[in-house]
Amino acid sequence: MAEFLAYLIAGLATGAIYALAAIGFTLVWQTSQTINFAQGEFVMLPAILILAAVKLAGLPVWVAAILGIVAFIALFGWGFKLVIVDPMIRHGVLPLAIATMALSIIMKEGAKDGFTAEAQRFPSLVPQETVSLLGISISLQHIAIIIVACLAIGALQWFVTRTKTGRQMQASAQNPNVALILGIPVAQMVMLTFLINAALAALASILISPIYLAKFSNGEVIGLFAFIAAIVGGFNQVRGALAGGLSVGVIDSLAAAYISTSYRLAVPLVLLVGIILIKPEGLFGRKEERGV
Amino acid sequence: MNTSRFDAVFATLVLGAVILWFAPAGMGRYGTYVLSLWLVTAVAVMGLNLTLGIAGLKSLAQAAFMGIGAYATALLTTKAGIGWFPAFAISGVLCFAAGLLLGFPALRVKAHYLAFVTLAFSTLVWLVLRNEQWLTGGVFGISNIPRPVVFGVKTDNALPFHRFVVVVTLVLALILWWLVRSPWGRAFLALRENPVRAASLGVNIRAYTLLAFAIGSAYAGFAGALYAPLVEFIDPSPFQLSASFFLLLMVVAGGSGYQLGPFVGALLGVVLPEWLRFTGGIYLIIFAAIVIGLLIACPQGVLGLLERGWTAVRRRPLGSNPPAKETA
Repeated sequence: MAEFLAYLIAGLATGAIYALAAIGFTLVWQTSQTINFAQGEFVMLPAILILAAVKLAGLPVWVAAILGIVAFIALFGWGFKLVIVDPMIRHGVLPLAIATMALSIIMKEGAKDGFTAEAQRFPSLVPQETVSLLGISISLQHIAIIIVACLAIGALQWFVTRTKTGRQMQASAQNPNVALILGIPVAQMVMLTFLINAALAALASILISPIYLAKFSNGEVIGLFAFIAAIVGGFNQVRGALAGGLSVGVIDSLAAAYISTSYRLAVPLVLLVGIILIKPEGLFGRKEERGV
Repeated sequence: MNTSRFDAVFATLVLGAVILWFAPAGMGRYGTYVLSLWLVTAVAVMGLNLTLGIAGLKSLAQAAFMGIGAYATALLTTKAGIGWFPAFAISGVLCFAAGLLLGFPALRVKAHYLAFVTLAFSTLVWLVLRNEQWLTGGVFGISNIPRPVVFGVKTDNALPFHRFVVVVTLVLALILWWLVRSPWGRAFLALRENPVRAASLGVNIRAYTLLAFAIGSAYAGFAGALYAPLVEFIDPSPFQLSASFFLLLMVVAGGSGYQLGPFVGALLGVVLPEWLRFTGGIYLIIFAAIVIGLLIACPQGVLGLLERGWTAVRRRPLGSNPPAKETA
């Protein structure tokens, strides 16, 4: 039982990371029909940028962290929207999706060739210790990840539902034409979701990298789980993406412990196909209507 | 799209095959290998071009299907002692069946779900190839894959095998050329252009998208069956997810939907890196950036760009009445 709880907590921690990535993914999808296949690389890169600023420019860690995050949000929030999404979206969803695949290759290869192909240690905010609680040994890092991610998602949820800007953002996602008529600056709201997406990815990167180590190929697995989390959760809901991320994380952790370590990746994949077969709108999603 | 353009495609394919039959003269073993690899990749890209360019579906498992074909052929020809031709057919059938099984649940819902299902499938195939050591040899792969014997002629050397690849590629390309011109192909095109209208005209959308995806996957299986004897040693690494992304980028770079696009795309993806060796590892970055640039400027790829240029050149002499001759 104690063992089970330990796996559960570890699963919730990685699940919280997947949730952060999945929420950004669904936000961007909702407002601009962008399926971002580079989402995993979005989580990989900030940690690499920070490490590069420390190692190559010799900056102190906290300065590098602030600079790295700001640079990342500017490049992959604002820049991504301006350089890739805006000129491409008029050609349709398909070219844009393919462009994000090209972007993922550029980010991955760029991190490998521009920095290093080796896995790098990444400084952690909390000590790398485990505490014993009721006979269960819990990693402090896992606890910290769960708390920080939940605070961030809670703040986002509050922003989206309780503030004027957040509601305008929702309106822009649900019906851009009506939102525009009502005087909502739709273009700015769409840009805002891209900035939020980049910020969530940067947060996920800082949280996960002390555990996984920072490596150029980290994005593959994180991206895959973020997609699965988004679909399991319903593809169009913040709380769906949260629930999807947590459940995928827990399932992955338990599968690794009790089923097979070499096939741990396969279990969430089976879950994905099962969801698509049985409840394609996701566990928390609404059915999307489609007209001619 | 009139029939004369299709005849131009036919003529280009046959002429290209004749040129490629003689091309490796004086190129040496490695040069010949690169040419063969170009054609093998083009076969996989052709299949994906049918899935993406003609039917408008995103498949992220083309490299995984190629892996299935390559491993099936390698296992059948080394361990089971079966000849290459039946192994080739089995590889295609396996991928066709896997395509049907994967496509059925995904396409029941929404076309873009296929992307995620194939993404998952890609990872799953890679896991199996890596973990099932008893069958696939794990990370050590399978070596000493024999090259086929055609009408009693061994193709062990680079040149005869290259010529063999040229002929097989030509046959596969001509089959697709015929398919796209057939009523089936017209239905595929109708699907891409306007699925709802196609449905209202009596095209069974689900059956046709599924069929296009399965045929596209079978072509990856054929490509894999050619790839295994070409490299004579296979391991899981060339069939990863990133390879599937790369194949998609080749479709787009060549010109998605154009019959000759896959050859141009594979040329950019396979042969150009050999000439750009001096750039080292950043070739992939250059290629991806070129594709993004193409997508912004001209989503129809290199062939679309050429076609655009060609119409502009042809129109110029008639400057006074440009709309008069727009039959091209």
